Amino acid sequence: MATFSVNGEARQIDVRGDHPLLWVLRESLGLHGTKFGCGIGQCGACTVLVNGRPTRSCQLTVEAVEGAEIMTIEGLTADGLHPLQEAWIEEQVPQCGYCQSGQIMSATALILGGNVPSDSEIDAAMSGNICRCGAYSAIRRAIHRAAEIQAERTGTRSGPASEGGDR
Amino acid sequence: MMAPTEGVSVTAISRESDPPRRGFSRRSFVKIGVVTGAGLTLGVTWKVMSNPGLPSSDATLVPNAFLRIDADGTITVMVPRSEMGQGVSTALPQLVAEELDAAWGQVSFEFAPAHDAFGMMVTGGSTSVKESWLPLRQAGATARWMLREAAAQRWGIPAAEVETRDARAFAPDGASVTYADLAAEAALLDVPDEVPLKDPADFRLIGQSVPRLDVEAKSTGQAVFGIDAGPNEARIAMVARPPVFGGKVRSFRPDAALAVPGVREVVLIQSGVAVVADGYIAAKAGRDALVIEWDDGPAAGLNDAEIFAQLRDAAQNNGRTVRDEGDVETALSSSEAKVRATYQLPYLAHATMEPMNCTAWVRDGRCTVWAPTQFQNAPAILGGGARQVAAKAAGVSADNTEVHTTFLGGGFGRRAERDFVHEAAELAGLVEGPVKVIWSREDDMQHDFYRPASYHELTATLNADGSPDAWHHQMASQSILQRLAPSWVPGPAARFAGRRDPTSTEGASDQPYRSPNVQMTYAMVDLPIPVGFWRSVGHTHTGFVVESFIDELAHAAGRDPYEYRRALLSEHPRHLGVLDAVAAAAGWGSTVPDGRARGIAVVESFGSYVAEVAEVSMQSGRPRVHRVWCAIDCGVVVNPRIVRAQMESGIVFGLTAALYGEINIQAGRVVQSNFHDYPMLRMNEAPDIEVVLAPSGDAPGGVGEPGTPPIAPAVTNAIYALTGERIRTLPIVRA
Ligand code: FES
Ligand code: FES
Repeated sequence: MATFSVNGEARQIDVRGDHPLLWVLRESLGLHGTKFGCGIGQCGACTVLVNGRPTRSCQLTVEAVEGAEIMTIEGLTADGLHPLQEAWIEEQVPQCGYCQSGQIMSATALILGGNVPSDSEIDAAMSGNICRCGAYSAIRRAIHRAAEIQAERTGTRSGPASEGGDR
Repeated sequence: MMAPTEGVSVTAISRESDPPRRGFSRRSFVKIGVVTGAGLTLGVTWKVMSNPGLPSSDATLVPNAFLRIDADGTITVMVPRSEMGQGVSTALPQLVAEELDAAWGQVSFEFAPAHDAFGMMVTGGSTSVKESWLPLRQAGATARWMLREAAAQRWGIPAAEVETRDARAFAPDGASVTYADLAAEAALLDVPDEVPLKDPADFRLIGQSVPRLDVEAKSTGQAVFGIDAGPNEARIAMVARPPVFGGKVRSFRPDAALAVPGVREVVLIQSGVAVVADGYIAAKAGRDALVIEWDDGPAAGLNDAEIFAQLRDAAQNNGRTVRDEGDVETALSSSEAKVRATYQLPYLAHATMEPMNCTAWVRDGRCTVWAPTQFQNAPAILGGGARQVAAKAAGVSADNTEVHTTFLGGGFGRRAERDFVHEAAELAGLVEGPVKVIWSREDDMQHDFYRPASYHELTATLNADGSPDAWHHQMASQSILQRLAPSWVPGPAARFAGRRDPTSTEGASDQPYRSPNVQMTYAMVDLPIPVGFWRSVGHTHTGFVVESFIDELAHAAGRDPYEYRRALLSEHPRHLGVLDAVAAAAGWGSTVPDGRARGIAVVESFGSYVAEVAEVSMQSGRPRVHRVWCAIDCGVVVNPRIVRAQMESGIVFGLTAALYGEINIQAGRVVQSNFHDYPMLRMNEAPDIEVVLAPSGDAPGGVGEPGTPPIAPAVTNAIYALTGERIRTLPIVRA
């Protein structure tokens, strides 16, 4: 029996402890927003937040998340669109869309606590997420934009994101 | 938004080929009638001018799409093409909405069900917008005409005095009424025969970057892909397929698999041994536990070295002439100074982000399929689409088979194959209840239909002015069409008697550079590796070869590669247009940052012209692509942002292949298995891309594929400019 919370709801699921969280989310809980892409931690399509940290759910057993707080893409909209989702729509990021839940979940860490990420921070945080459709420049733009939206929402002033890095 | 509407009566459509029936005249548009109370639904017929990937271009009239205006004001466009990221579920409704004078905010779409009423339903060859350009605009214009007429009748004024915009009709006195309000009255009118289309100067939506209709669902985890679709109670199946191409199951023992908790059944199907379980992990564990003795078949000894030796031998000795101008033999022998080059390109996997999968349910003589497919419907004579293939596999009739198209997590040509549909439908016919076959990434990579490997030898001689006097190209590869021909092409013998395959040689047999003596030969090689359409098909290799070789000639002639191309393309204004546009955008000829160099390439494919410049440096022996400039002329631009996104996408796709893409064959099987050994370009390696739209003309070309071909040669040409090393074998970074 695995016990953890998903999107703020306590869950008890009758699966073996070595069952990957990804398939529990998809099959036991019907949360299809989290995607299967590679199963070996290489693509990031399965990224969810575990206690706030972006984590590959295909590489995580339910045993390892006992008692943890899990957030999936479905949970991001609890209070309306998350700044990242708003930015994703504004910048029209998704192409096929299959990688995008994972991209958004990975990006949450970048704007946490009002952080305004630089390009090199974005590279570091997002390079574990493959987009086979090559929407990388739109993803980058949308992350910068999400930082602005977040600042607008909290009423703080956002400084222009640094365009540093080695590009 | 996703599921096809069951309530739409597709059988009510009159086919153009049917004798005229009362109430339906022989016209392009037919009124389906009033659905769900008050609403106007139009069925559309259009001429399919050509079918992507198919050699046939017989113009046949087939009904193909619906437009529905509901009483609540929703305007729904049935999209008979697959959305795999290329934006078709936005661009096609945009065509309708333009002529309809609809308000974009009220437009939505549904994927059309697989049905003969929609004719051949295949998404490929970058043809969706091209083929829909007139018929979907006509659909919108016809509906607008009827709505305007209904308003005129209501107001008792001539229709000419009624204006329309934002889904409303306006009277001269300022009165207005919504389309929603008019829909029921419009539905009672006769459908007009001919309705004029807008002057492009009056377009308000075409040419605008209207928001995509699929991005919100895709940003909130709500979009339903194949892997998410179908009944919740579906069992999950995985299939153990022969590791060697052409292999078979000799015998198997299911006991250990059946002992795995959650495994329900083990079933022998055509493609291998299927393990049906309660979930993916159980299915996978069950499959791992299977004991199978394989009959590897004749391919068991095959490897890359042998494949390329066969290709080389065939190119040198067995080519058939596919282009012959002037006298290449004499021209080649009349000069000592020859430029020779040999190019070699590997097999490539599609690696769509969503691995192959398909859900099927067979009950009471009916088969229902949920599939992320690029190919829903085709006559049996063409081998059938998903619907026909599923019907056959499940042993039911096509009329009793329904195919629900989901969003596709990438397609790139892989999902035009129907193997994954066949497998699911066959299995569903053998087990109780719905079943979803999921492929692991490893399955997906090792059981693909690969971009064919190819081998090319080119020889040229130059005139005193440096221009090519002779251009000789010998090429060998497997043929995609030959594999598909028996099922796709009626009477394959006639077409393939000469063993030619335009989809293999496209871009090379018709390369545009001026030379008085040009010859190309093509040798079709039969090998047991399954090959298929891969984003931009023949251009994936011919674009690289032609654009590398012309660069070699430019350097041999001591000329600037951009100017050299220009001089030889003087009769090709659209090539020149994009070359000039990209050169201007990149500032070709201006100073490049230290340690970097630029390369250029231009390729026409799928009716669009694309030129690209890549700026490259070498970092610890590996190329780093910093910036790419891209100019595209795709005729008219329907949605600029989507065109830009497709160019970026095509460039990243092509760059991934150029840098890393290689499927190796050892002992008749694929060596690579997942993203660790078949790497994808990632965020930290993605170049800055600047896209320039340089549209010309008034008919759209494709945009899904044409961004891909020029990037590999642009990069290797830049590497040559930087290091003097000419890369003639891809990928650039070899393990
Ligand atoms: S599915 Fe988990 S990283 Fe790819
Ligand atoms: S949008 Fe298709 S994989 Fe990223």
